[in-house]
Amino acid sequence: MIPRVVALAWKSIMLHRLRSFLTVLGIIVGVVAVIAMLAIGEGASEAAQEQIRRMGSRNLLLASVQPPQSDSAASENRRVLEYGLKHDDFQRIVDTVPEITRIVARRDIPVDARVGTRKYTTVVMGTSADYADVANLRMRHGRFLTAADAGSRRTVCVLGAKIAERFFRSQSPVGQRIRLARHYFDVVGVLAPRGEGTGGTGGTGGESDDAVFVPLQTMKERWGDIVRVVQSGSRSYTKVQLHRITVEAANLDAVRRIARSLSRMLDRWHPYDVKLTVPLDLLEEAKRTKRRYNLILGFIAGFSLLVGGIGIMNIMLATVVERTREIGIRRALGAKRSHIIRQFLAETVLLSVSGGLIGLALGVLAPMAISHFAGMPTVVTPFSLILAFGISAGVGVVFGLYPAAQAADLDPVVALRRE
Amino acid sequence: MTTVAELVDVHRYYKMELPNPDDWVRALDGVSLTFTKGEYAAIVGQSGSGKSTMLNLLGCLDRPTSGQYLLDGRDVSQFDDDALSWERNQRLGFVFQAYNLIPHLTVLENIEVPMEYAGTPANEARDRSHMLAERMGLGARMGHRPAELSGGQQQRVAIARALANEPRVLLADEPTGNLDSATGQEILALMDVLNDEGATLIVVTHDANVAARAHRVIHMLDGRIEKIEENGR
Ligand SMILES: Nc1ncnc2c1ncn2[C@@H]1O[C@H](COP(=O)(O)OP(=O)(O)OP(=O)(O)O)[C@@H](O)[C@H]1O
Ligand SMILES: [Mg+2]
Repeated sequence: MIPRVVALAWKSIMLHRLRSFLTVLGIIVGVVAVIAMLAIGEGASEAAQEQIRRMGSRNLLLASVQPPQSDSAASENRRVLEYGLKHDDFQRIVDTVPEITRIVARRDIPVDARVGTRKYTTVVMGTSADYADVANLRMRHGRFLTAADAGSRRTVCVLGAKIAERFFRSQSPVGQRIRLARHYFDVVGVLAPRGEGTGGTGGTGGESDDAVFVPLQTMKERWGDIVRVVQSGSRSYTKVQLHRITVEAANLDAVRRIARSLSRMLDRWHPYDVKLTVPLDLLEEAKRTKRRYNLILGFIAGFSLLVGGIGIMNIMLATVVERTREIGIRRALGAKRSHIIRQFLAETVLLSVSGGLIGLALGVLAPMAISHFAGMPTVVTPFSLILAFGISAGVGVVFGLYPAAQAADLDPVVALRRE
Repeated sequence: MTTVAELVDVHRYYKMELPNPDDWVRALDGVSLTFTKGEYAAIVGQSGSGKSTMLNLLGCLDRPTSGQYLLDGRDVSQFDDDALSWERNQRLGFVFQAYNLIPHLTVLENIEVPMEYAGTPANEARDRSHMLAERMGLGARMGHRPAELSGGQQQRVAIARALANEPRVLLADEPTGNLDSATGQEILALMDVLNDEGATLIVVTHDANVAARAHRVIHMLDGRIEKIEENGR
């Protein structure tokens, strides 16, 4: 059974429906704000973390980067720009770094791909069989590259989901022939789509969707070591043996140790032209960012709840004045101070909790609407619901105490005389 | 004859308002009085003579500046706020000139208020408020709100409410003050009945009709007892 205080409080709230509703509007807005903001924050960080996780939390990525240099030096003094990871680096890692379960290399060459008369600019990635596992790629049709492909220098390729879609809308691409620059390749497999976002860190996000994979050895045989790059009208030549080496650690603990070995190695051999990325570090950084973000969002939302609380306090103070006579009557009939406090506190808490409940309902709907209309990912966590509701109830107690104390401290004789 | 309430040299002073806040208003200035069980006492006197002040003290709504107030033999002038609230709830019933019903509660709910604070279980309280409403002739009005009742009916609700916890003393301040004379007579007749049934009544009044019904009439003047008349019915 509902306690009498609560029933009484509900009655006097319903006595002034509109006023009560307007009073709790602040709380409603506050609760919705808390839930929606946390949901947006959670959604964003979840997306970021998912992206990093795709890179593989046990992976370490080494990427060749063009070292900074003056343009004149590039165009005049050196005809061929040579930088980045070498096959020797690959071998050095294999030989000297322990606790590695897999290591794969990749070389990228931008080319025009053609099927019939259709042309599509893409990137050919030369790699080995393990790449699919390390980069977490899944097949939609056919198979990935194999060691046999590499051994026999076969001209076979695996298409990313998007490029397969472009060229072979309806028919199965497997068994079809595709021209990459001047060379013809047989399609042996198609990857499942990876989705949006490339992560920007040069990981293995969505970039595989647009790529064509060929055996590294075949690539070297067909394209040679030097690639001509046409860039904003000017022509240059680059020699990059490998663009990417992905190292998979035996376990999470080993990631840090391997990272230290690799960065020592880079300091010595590639201080400027290779970048090391550790997804595990990024993941932790992302989590830290999320905590900071949540704190700030929570603060802003907390402020709107504070404003809501002040609104409630304001109304309750007015209610106390309005009901001075009733307070006097109740005191004359035997109500203790604590009874009066309880009565008014119950009313404020019930007000704020009702607002909290309405806010909770809207707060669950609001992120859905945001996701639907703004396309932002949102995640409503149980924690945010508990937090928002808890704060709204707390606001009722905190901002109800003062008006309730005012009511209880009225002198019964004086209160009774009030018209 | 059992003594129910006793005032012993009671003073009640109020600080004056500006411009002379150092002066005191002597609302009660040395009052000693004894009320016995089952008696019907009227307090009369001109405006400002201290009648309401005395009734508030007797009703434990206020504490004397000095002196003792013995209620059922216990000096309640030293009680704290919670204890006084309990005395009001358990031993005292109030009837006011302005009825003082709670406007948003029904007749039954108004009668139940003192029982709530006594901790009476809800169903018991409901039964008793029914019974009291019937007894006060409010059988057809139980679900109504005060604004829907006549003055006389409202005062009956107030009396029913005052009787809710079976008080030792019923205190009334000008109970007929807001009523026309016929309705006033009705209320007075009702109070006579209660008194005949054993209730102790202390009534502040300007009304000669009321005074005529009382056993004793206490005349107040400037915060003191001027004289006491025994009516001896
Ligand atoms: N709270 C108070 N503060 C200051 N003075 C007060 C207060 N209450 C009463 N008094 C003063 O005490 C005196 C007695 O007041 P009281 O209300 O007891 O008179 P009363 O006999 O009931 O008068 P009436 O017949 O007009 O109701 C008056 O002079 C009044 O002004
Ligand atoms: Mg008076």
